[in-house]
Amino acid sequence: MARRAFNVTTLPGFTAIAVLAFVVLYVPIFTLVIYAFNGGSSVALWGGFSFRWFGVAWNNAAVQDAAIRSLVVAASASAIATTVAMMAALGTTRRGRFSGQTFIYVMINQPLMVPEIVTAVALLIVFAGIKIATGYTGLAYLIIAHAAFCIPFAYLPIRARLEGMDTALEVAAADLYASPWQAFRRITLPLMMPGVIAGAMLAFVISLDDVIITEFVKSAGQDTLPTYMLGQLRRALTPEVNAISTALLGVTVVLLTGFFLITRTKD
Amino acid sequence: MGIGTEAARQREVTRKGWLLSTPALIVLFCAAAGPLLVMAVYSVLTKGQYSGVVWDFSGDGWFRVLFERDIFNGTVSLADAHLTIFWRSVKLSLATTVITLILGLPTAWFIATRAVKWRAFWLFLVTIPFWTNLLIRTFAIMEVIKNEGILNTALLKLGAISEPIQILYTDTAVFLGMAYVYLPLMVLPIYAVMDRFDIRLIEAGYDLYASRWQVFRRVILPIIRPGIVAGSILVFVPSLGAYVTPRVLGGGKNMMIGNFIELQFGQGNNWPLGAALSMVLLVIILIALLVYVRVSTHEVERG
Repeated sequence: MARRAFNVTTLPGFTAIAVLAFVVLYVPIFTLVIYAFNGGSSVALWGGFSFRWFGVAWNNAAVQDAAIRSLVVAASASAIATTVAMMAALGTTRRGRFSGQTFIYVMINQPLMVPEIVTAVALLIVFAGIKIATGYTGLAYLIIAHAAFCIPFAYLPIRARLEGMDTALEVAAADLYASPWQAFRRITLPLMMPGVIAGAMLAFVISLDDVIITEFVKSAGQDTLPTYMLGQLRRALTPEVNAISTALLGVTVVLLTGFFLITRTKD
Repeated sequence: MGIGTEAARQREVTRKGWLLSTPALIVLFCAAAGPLLVMAVYSVLTKGQYSGVVWDFSGDGWFRVLFERDIFNGTVSLADAHLTIFWRSVKLSLATTVITLILGLPTAWFIATRAVKWRAFWLFLVTIPFWTNLLIRTFAIMEVIKNEGILNTALLKLGAISEPIQILYTDTAVFLGMAYVYLPLMVLPIYAVMDRFDIRLIEAGYDLYASRWQVFRRVILPIIRPGIVAGSILVFVPSLGAYVTPRVLGGGKNMMIGNFIELQFGQGNNWPLGAALSMVLLVIILIALLVYVRVSTHEVERG
């Protein structure tokens, strides 16, 4: 009697559970995306295929406003975070250990460890005081708060890239009488660029997606797309929220695909 | 000469390291670590009449984390409402960790045993939900479990139930939501360990007449244990501090610690209590992380 070859990596039930896990991961997301194309006014009843709700969201002044604010905050915060993270990565890699290095690591990774709600209320306390004292209620609060929690996401890919880099090229540049700045500009920076771009993309996605810290730091009328969506919860939901979600999901998938392609070409 | 230049070089490394890290440290101090210190101070101040704090020392914030004092006769008793919230947070976070482990371990194994060229694809499928906005994923699971959602509709059509089950706005909804949202955090670290797994160890196990269960229990499990510990911590920590998922799916009544903290800075209007609760949450998470560091260094030492 024919017997199937004994596969050592097979464990009973594991494949079934894995398939179940992928179904569980994707059914809710697909449902959300499909209902974004619902022609009807309900998030539960299908009223035919249509781009209606994308149009509604696109023409909604509040959504436009929130989308522009989300992009401005994400672009500024990721630019700041990537710049300071790049400097920190250059200072903390490839030269051996130094006193205080652990402290710097802990500080940089601290936003990953502290629950967001705790940071959010702490920022609320401090920024509320500053807002009253100075009278300034602009976007700078949101930008600095976002920059802070984006730093670890920008730092980790840059550090990983630097650690994999050969220092011989920089030594060679110095031997050929390149000034430290020239060596950095012509050798180090181009070599570390994939890490920098990857870090910037992650920081951008993280800032764009933030709900909790934004909700507590923003001044009146400073909604970003996620806080706008959270606010919509109090009303009856329409597929407009699905349409906005789908658009944000699209941006995330595009940036992530870019991130993977960039980090894969490394080897 | 050697020692002198070596010391000078080390000084230079230290100086440059600190100098280059300073901008990042300033941003982090202004908008992350600094405010946490301010909050630690606020936890030992007196609560203001309408909001905020009065700058007088008081242990009342910390006292109220667990106890309450009767306003008429001053008797001290345990604050039952607070204990209920703590217990719900711990219970739901543990349940989330267990269910994500049950689903995540086989998923990681499945990915790690695919052909090399397909692994990146399956891994990418796990990564997309991980990076997708938490709020969007919470909305997505809400649409599935609500009364008119596809879960209830499917069960009704199949005749399994005669009327929709109310899942939304219950503890079950918060549990399902957190399990859904944090599942990738369990899969990714376990996969990271399995990826370096040497298949020949399993073959050796079978050659020595081990059963499938024995191979799993004695060969696979000890090797992937660090991944399981990492995944469990990565799921448990954000679950315990969850805010968005219980707010959206729990509907205001089924609060977790995160929502309870927010309440103190809003309607509850007791900033010192809110600050003390935040500190308690931070300490619990710090302990969880220390346990993780201990376990993972222990693993390294054992080889």
